[in-house]
Amino acid sequence: MIQAIAFYLFAIMVIVSGALTITSRNPVHAVLWLILAFFNAAGLMVLVGAEFIAMLLVIVYVGAVAVLFLFVVMMLNVDFAELRAGFARYAAIGLALAIALAAEVMIAFGAWSAGGIQLARRAAPIDPGVSNIAAIGQLLYTRYLFVFEGAGLVLLVAMIGAIVLTHRERGGVRGQNVARQIARRPQDATRNTQPVVGQGIDL
Amino acid sequence: MIGLTHYLVVAAILFALGVVGIIANRKNLIVMLMAIELILLAVNLNFVAFSSYLNDLVGQVFAMFVLTVAAGEAAIGLAILVIYFRGRGTISVDDVNRMKG
Repeated sequence: MIQAIAFYLFAIMVIVSGALTITSRNPVHAVLWLILAFFNAAGLMVLVGAEFIAMLLVIVYVGAVAVLFLFVVMMLNVDFAELRAGFARYAAIGLALAIALAAEVMIAFGAWSAGGIQLARRAAPIDPGVSNIAAIGQLLYTRYLFVFEGAGLVLLVAMIGAIVLTHRERGGVRGQNVARQIARRPQDATRNTQPVVGQGIDL
Repeated sequence: MIGLTHYLVVAAILFALGVVGIIANRKNLIVMLMAIELILLAVNLNFVAFSSYLNDLVGQVFAMFVLTVAAGEAAIGLAILVIYFRGRGTISVDDVNRMKG
């Protein structure tokens, strides 16, 4: 009973906040609604026993992706009211298309049944004795190790790509010149003197 | 009792909302990227729901990889958005014709 209440709460909240994400006038509000949608989706995932993915969703999406969106929205000085032009016209087309799409998917659910699936041939059956995080870790670091490292490579490429794309040389800024630092020899920079006591040195 | 179909319906509605977001916000590239995130969230919800109801952990592992790709996509997409805005002073998708040969 409590599970059903929680499910319907999270489901309604995720759909409402998803709808408000795409319709809100202010992009900052849209990002905040997106964060709420992610939190509620994480709640839905906790309900089916996927705690690790739920926490990952909160950390990665809310902690990183949504904050990145917020940074960009606040960094760009865009007149967002102007960008709303034509929203109603496109929304009608989009809504028609989306209703058709959702209806198709739901008809497919109606026709779908688990009868043809061979449950004995599952790749990694869930062991009720092992916690979700431990089971995922055992699977991830053994069978899917190379895929996991490939995922790390994807993130590395994304990081380098984002830096390369957005970096720009700005004139008039005193930056570090590594080649000049390395080329400098000690004799150019220092001088040994033996000053007479009490006279000091001329620089 | 909440069944698999409940989850699939929620994910389908979320997916459709993402599609509406892409089509309706034709001019606003930031909201389009957010709509793509919504679509990927719906896909992840499907993966996790199937994984849980079929008692197979691979769905959750794959959902993690989808999450990775979504994070990379957001980073690259927003970087492209920033340099596009620097060059043009707008983020309207209708003006994206710079790459025409």
